[in-house]
Amino acid sequence: MYSRAYKSVVSVPPLLWVAAFLLLPYALMFAHSLWAVREGIIVHHWNLNNYKTLFTNPVYLEVLSRTLRIAASVTICSILLGYPLAYYLAFHAGTRKELLYQLVIVPLWVSYLVRGYAWKTILGSDGVLNGFLQYLHLTHEPVGFFLYSPFAVVLMLTHIYTPFVFLPIYAALEHIPRPLLEASQDLGAGSLQTFWRVILPLSMPGLLAGATFAFVLSLGDFLAPLLVGGPSGTMIANVVQSLFGAAFDWPLGAAISVGILVITISLLFLS
Amino acid sequence: MSANSTSRRAPLLALYAVFVFAFIYSPIVVLVLYSFNRDGVGGFPPRHFTLNWYTQLFADSSIWDSVLNSLMVAAGSVALSLTLGLLAALALDRADFPGKALFRRLVLLPLILPGIITGLSLLMFAVFAGVQLRLLTVFWGHGTALISVATTELFAGLQKLDRAQEEASLDLGATPWQTFWRITLPNLKLSLIAAALLIFTLSMDEIAVTFFLIGRDNTLPLEIWARLRLGITPEINAISTLIFAVSVALIVIWYRLRARSLGDRSQEFLEQLGETS
Repeated sequence: MYSRAYKSVVSVPPLLWVAAFLLLPYALMFAHSLWAVREGIIVHHWNLNNYKTLFTNPVYLEVLSRTLRIAASVTICSILLGYPLAYYLAFHAGTRKELLYQLVIVPLWVSYLVRGYAWKTILGSDGVLNGFLQYLHLTHEPVGFFLYSPFAVVLMLTHIYTPFVFLPIYAALEHIPRPLLEASQDLGAGSLQTFWRVILPLSMPGLLAGATFAFVLSLGDFLAPLLVGGPSGTMIANVVQSLFGAAFDWPLGAAISVGILVITISLLFLS
Repeated sequence: MSANSTSRRAPLLALYAVFVFAFIYSPIVVLVLYSFNRDGVGGFPPRHFTLNWYTQLFADSSIWDSVLNSLMVAAGSVALSLTLGLLAALALDRADFPGKALFRRLVLLPLILPGIITGLSLLMFAVFAGVQLRLLTVFWGHGTALISVATTELFAGLQKLDRAQEEASLDLGATPWQTFWRITLPNLKLSLIAAALLIFTLSMDEIAVTFFLIGRDNTLPLEIWARLRLGITPEINAISTLIFAVSVALIVIWYRLRARSLGDRSQEFLEQLGETS
């Protein structure tokens, strides 16, 4: 029912824009990863050395494995917090369900940076948590290891991604037909059995979607380590950032970025 | 028995839910509380109430310059990404063209990929094209990256649309252009407002892409970032509290808008057409 002219008017502008300003930049990133730096200048000499460095230099491999560990911890913590919350809202919250749901959504609108900053003021050695612990006489000296550690990064990212993990899980739980649960109980399954055999498998797609999201976004985060991570909390994206900054090795930085991109996209395809 | 067994009390689970909410909200509460604390951020409990940090904030012109910059970038990004996103959604919904599957995935990439990758790719493009980094490049980056959000929201809106209205309009002799303005667009109003609010908020808050495309003029998040490097000041608590208040106000406005029934203008237009033809 739509004319040829209508179809071209709606498809040509976004197609051109996306080709020029998304496809081309991403392609440029890939091209850079195959170039080299000589005497501070990027030369268009096609080679695979950047990837060789990436896979053989122990420094990069160590940072990468730390990044994967942090991202995995964030994912697990977010699920441990988000799943029971979603379960409670879906099955036990009764009339307060709508209000509680909105309460989970609101923090999503609070700036990422603002929340990171809040954690910084809480965890610092003269921060709120240390003040609180000393006020309760639980400690007498400021505890130094809260801030500037991988732990702080995991805490901050878990705080940010828990609502994101909650949302798809909650949606999945809400879609489970209630008669199925009744059938399971009527046929003699206990609550725990119903959970393991019915609820958990049926909510798995939501769980996987949330987990992938948390993992992928933590994997490429460079702001949390800068805010609360310190040197021991450095992640792979910080390496990229420094290669594009002071270290000036765009080709190597681009190769690592392509690596992050490949991990991200393959995870999205898998889930 | 089974009906109330699914909604029976679960005190342990309820307690855990309270704990999760406490975890989610405690940083925000701390942030707001300490913006009124005379002795600044840190220590416990906050003892003396003051509005000094807010007075200091209101006198701080570089913060307000950055707020203005952010507002300009966000408004521009809404206009750009909403226009292109609407076209893209229409194209995905109703046109077939070579590379459609690739296009659909490509548009979504900035939403899925970590911000640093999109930010750096755009930076390389800007450098390659010899463009100087300034507020305009930030607007370009936000606008382009957020087409993903606009397309997703508007495509979902189009899928729910009653196609019969458009057919009726065309059959009754309206031009495609008239049909677009009087039927398609009014019916998409809610999705358009939702997308605009979402894009505006995301742009105001964006930092990963902005980080690489910024010139000399800071957006608000980058201004805050620059100050954080110098150390913690309660002024940041004050501005953060204000941002939080504005965000909550926006959410309330959004729910009011959604709750109010939107008069069906397109139906009126169809009736008019029916009378004249």
